[in-house]
Amino acid sequence: MEGLLLSINSAVAQGVLWGIMTLGVYITYKILNYADLTVDGSFALGGAVSAILIILGWDPFLSLVIAFCSGLLAGVVTGVLHTKLKIPAILSGILSMIALYSINLTIMGGKANIALLGMETIFTKAQLILPAGFDKAMVSLSIGAVFVLAIMGILYWFFGTEIGALIRATGNNENMARAMGGNTDMMKILGLLLSNGLVALSGALVAQSQGYADVGMGTGTIVMGLAAVIIGEVLFGTRINYFLRMTSVVTGSVIYRIIIALVLRIGLKSSNLKLFTAIVVAMALSIPEIKAKFVKPKINLEKAE
Amino acid sequence: MLRIRNLTKVFNIGTINEQRVLSGLNLHISEGDFVTLIGGNGAGKSTLLNLIAGVYMPEGGEILLAGEDITKMPEYKRAAFLGRVFQDPMMGTAADMEIIENLAIANRRGKRRGLGWGVRKEEKLKFQESLKILDLGLEHRLNVKAGLLSGGQRQALALLMATIQKPKLLLLDEHTAALDPKTAVRVLELTEELVEKNKLTTLMVTHNMKDAIKYGNRLIMMDKGKIVYDVSGEEKKNLKVTDLLEKFEGFSDRMLLA
Repeated sequence: MEGLLLSINSAVAQGVLWGIMTLGVYITYKILNYADLTVDGSFALGGAVSAILIILGWDPFLSLVIAFCSGLLAGVVTGVLHTKLKIPAILSGILSMIALYSINLTIMGGKANIALLGMETIFTKAQLILPAGFDKAMVSLSIGAVFVLAIMGILYWFFGTEIGALIRATGNNENMARAMGGNTDMMKILGLLLSNGLVALSGALVAQSQGYADVGMGTGTIVMGLAAVIIGEVLFGTRINYFLRMTSVVTGSVIYRIIIALVLRIGLKSSNLKLFTAIVVAMALSIPEIKAKFVKPKINLEKAE
Repeated sequence: MLRIRNLTKVFNIGTINEQRVLSGLNLHISEGDFVTLIGGNGAGKSTLLNLIAGVYMPEGGEILLAGEDITKMPEYKRAAFLGRVFQDPMMGTAADMEIIENLAIANRRGKRRGLGWGVRKEEKLKFQESLKILDLGLEHRLNVKAGLLSGGQRQALALLMATIQKPKLLLLDEHTAALDPKTAVRVLELTEELVEKNKLTTLMVTHNMKDAIKYGNRLIMMDKGKIVYDVSGEEKKNLKVTDLLEKFEGFSDRMLLA
């Protein structure tokens, strides 16, 4: 029982750190209406950049800032591929993702992973400030919570501004946004940039918290992000304000991690995790279609006769 | 206000489907004109509107709006001068955004957008006043999502959005064609009201010949990418649908003979 609690504790902490990535996916998938596969690459990019900078002796917090900026750049590349070179959305993301695999390997000096054993991270730093009773999971959770709350606050403000509203309109109805004088190409690039910055930041935080960066750590990021967004939607519905929507997205990420921790405990092999996630997301995405086909609206036939 | 010289548009250049939609079209619309534009399918009416709006770029010719050459200006930039309402009621509004948010975006057409609030407090009153003109009760439903409105309501809202910042030219592309007859009449009346109130220069495409005669002060008929008939003033007022039909048939016959 204690083992279960412990794994749930760490699942919650991981869920919050990954929740930042989920907020990024939410921006592209829900606000811009754009399934951006770049995130698989930019998540690992954030981890790689942060890890290598720490190894080089940089301040761990500063490494987060640089990781965030590297993500912004990745988003711009995808955005330019899509809007200026007219490459379809999915393909632009795939191209960036594949390119980032090589870039990430190069950043990590050709190694597939970098261990941060014994190095100073923001988590080891925080451990010194936080109460002595805090275990590793609690420290991760505290830092994750601070980041998530700050980011949610900033996003809530940003999407309420004139530019933010125009990004939302672009995702909603591009024709209308352009007819109202909106530079929709620029808005898409802005959304992608912001999203990938957050995803890279999330990757950097995850790398620091788990103590290593791996070139494959981003694989399936988009699917996990979507899973979290969908779980959040199922729980909270969609007729809620933006702040609650973002909360639902982060909650979705936490619940996704708890589900994973549980199925692993029940005995699912960790090598099957991604298959499991794919099945869950496919099911969740197909619910409307399945409902429409098999669930007939109830009509009282006897009365009709 | 609008001067078009020698405008040419060819689709699918260099393919077997090459199609010359406009060939050397000339048109001048004076300030304050309300022009109705009719013509058969494929006459080039919508293409002309889309060229003016910048959805397509022409192969030749030039478009001047209020003396400024906008021929090569990107669509979002020239939107500063143009109000547009589309045929599809879904196209003019953002369905997942509230009525007030839609209006706030429209209220910033042609203005620089920054990090100020997307909807300002003082705008609310202005929007409520404007919505009252529509007489649809929308002024009490500012926070309702535009997607929950009916087609007619959305089109009325789109019309208001197109005119809330006075455009130099209002482009209406069969904006009542997707509505039921009763709603279409209401939206057309509203169009006339807004055009008169704001003294807007307007170009309206329609399939309905009665409407083309009833509204506006000038009527243009297009056929095969050219303007074939252009009346205004008293002559237009006295037009009858049968006159227009005769013209139509005349061109169609010639088309068959050619």
